[in-house]
Amino acid sequence: MSTSDRPARRPTAAATGRLPWQLLLPSFLAVALLALPVVGLLVRAPWSTLAQQVRDPEVLQALRLSLLTASTSTVVCLVLGTPLAWLLARSTLPGRRALRTLVTVPLVLPPVVGGVALLTVFGRTGIVGGWVYEASGYRLPFTTAGVVVAQTFVAMPFLVLAVEGALRSADPRFDDVAATFGASRWQTFSRVTLPLALPGILSGAILAWARALGEFGATITFNGSFPGTTRTMPSAVYNALNTDFDAAILLSLILLVVSVAILALLRERWLIGAVS
Amino acid sequence: MRRAATVVAACALSLVACGDDDGGDTGSGAAGSTLTVFAASSLTDAFGELEQTYEADNPGVDVQFTFDSSSTLAEQVVQGAPVDVLATADENTMQTVVDEGLTAGAPIAFAQNSLILVTPPDDPGGIQDVADLDARDVDFAVCAPDAPCGAATQMLFGIVGVTADPVTEEENVRDVLAKVTQGEVDAGLVYVSDAQAAGDDVVAIEIGQADQALNSDVIAALSEADDPEAARAWVDLITSAEAEQVLTDLGFLRAP
Repeated sequence: MSTSDRPARRPTAAATGRLPWQLLLPSFLAVALLALPVVGLLVRAPWSTLAQQVRDPEVLQALRLSLLTASTSTVVCLVLGTPLAWLLARSTLPGRRALRTLVTVPLVLPPVVGGVALLTVFGRTGIVGGWVYEASGYRLPFTTAGVVVAQTFVAMPFLVLAVEGALRSADPRFDDVAATFGASRWQTFSRVTLPLALPGILSGAILAWARALGEFGATITFNGSFPGTTRTMPSAVYNALNTDFDAAILLSLILLVVSVAILALLRERWLIGAVS
Repeated sequence: MRRAATVVAACALSLVACGDDDGGDTGSGAAGSTLTVFAASSLTDAFGELEQTYEADNPGVDVQFTFDSSSTLAEQVVQGAPVDVLATADENTMQTVVDEGLTAGAPIAFAQNSLILVTPPDDPGGIQDVADLDARDVDFAVCAPDAPCGAATQMLFGIVGVTADPVTEEENVRDVLAKVTQGEVDAGLVYVSDAQAAGDDVVAIEIGQADQALNSDVIAALSEADDPEAARAWVDLITSAEAEQVLTDLGFLRAP
């Protein structure tokens, strides 16, 4: 992820001896814990029904909805979160530390609590939602837009923190130089700061997208679950669990394969290109 | 809602009481043991009330409940959840557990439940009758078709001819009730007992043909129960005349 032309440091002779078991053993356990559940899905999957399941209109509908909402949430995160990350990293705004704490709250909040919190604000009887509903008859919960809001709520901190980190590690002297050449603050941001932070922004966007794609708790609490409008893949997995464990496994695998494939593709096309 | 809060408070208190008991009183059998009961969410209040009777009769046994959609719970039992007793809101769901050979003895029907339409107290959708779900453009919630209450809802909609789509299919009936009491939807289909439990937080509208789409609540001790006698005792209590009184007071119908 380094943007400088300095070559990555090679391990010196002293650091290449035998690997210490104190590090190897925990690492091995960590890999086992992370990888075994995925292996479990692969082993238990009822492969014979896979072809049929992949063509199931309800599955495709849920998959399409998941990809659509997660991508839209990521765009919203980028548009709103990148400027916020800049404020946190580069401005001298008072209360930045409190602001950063506030931004990270959704990270530690159980998503279900996030869903309840969203209801208290944007629900039909919520602080803002109630007023909007009275005035226009529009309600956000139980809509695809509501899904995007719930996903953005949980995904935005990932983007903001990643972009803030990238901005902090990028050399601010480039900005100063741009300013001395007469660039306005906006020009400096859009022409200098942003391109330098691009790898960080992209990895933040990918983190946010992955988090949004897997979002379940806040979405189902805020939006319920209905095929086509609010039943994303995770909700469909939960729904399938009630009746058909095998179908739930297959749905999980489909989500897994599609998301990993997309991430791999993005890595190939964007990240590598952006870094080199 | 207030009633539910009372039950929760009572449960919490009885848990504390049990904790205190563990040291001294070792009345009969397994002192300090736990009976794990999985039950349909519609049984939340009834089982909560009967817990006190059970724990008075079986000192040292602490009853731990999990309330959720019957189908969720049945699936968890099939996946090997350590459960002593299962109570589902319909027979089909229980059958999935029977088919796996996980029940000890045949399930017993102990109550029936019928569906009713509920709206928030101020009735924002102006709903007078179940037909208004179709006639007026309202937001309503139902149980997912896989859950017993959802299966009964589908059947009832077929009978009364409602074709409109709900805005959400919730996994269990108490989630439907919550969406109504929160005012997030204009109406929801729940069991009569749920409507009664919600008290003034909802307005209940009876559905004429509801008696044609009844669900039977069934209970069974499970073969993997840690303490088969304690499990048996809970099943005996729930199928007793005392429980029938509690259940009918809460809006359930007698078992057929």
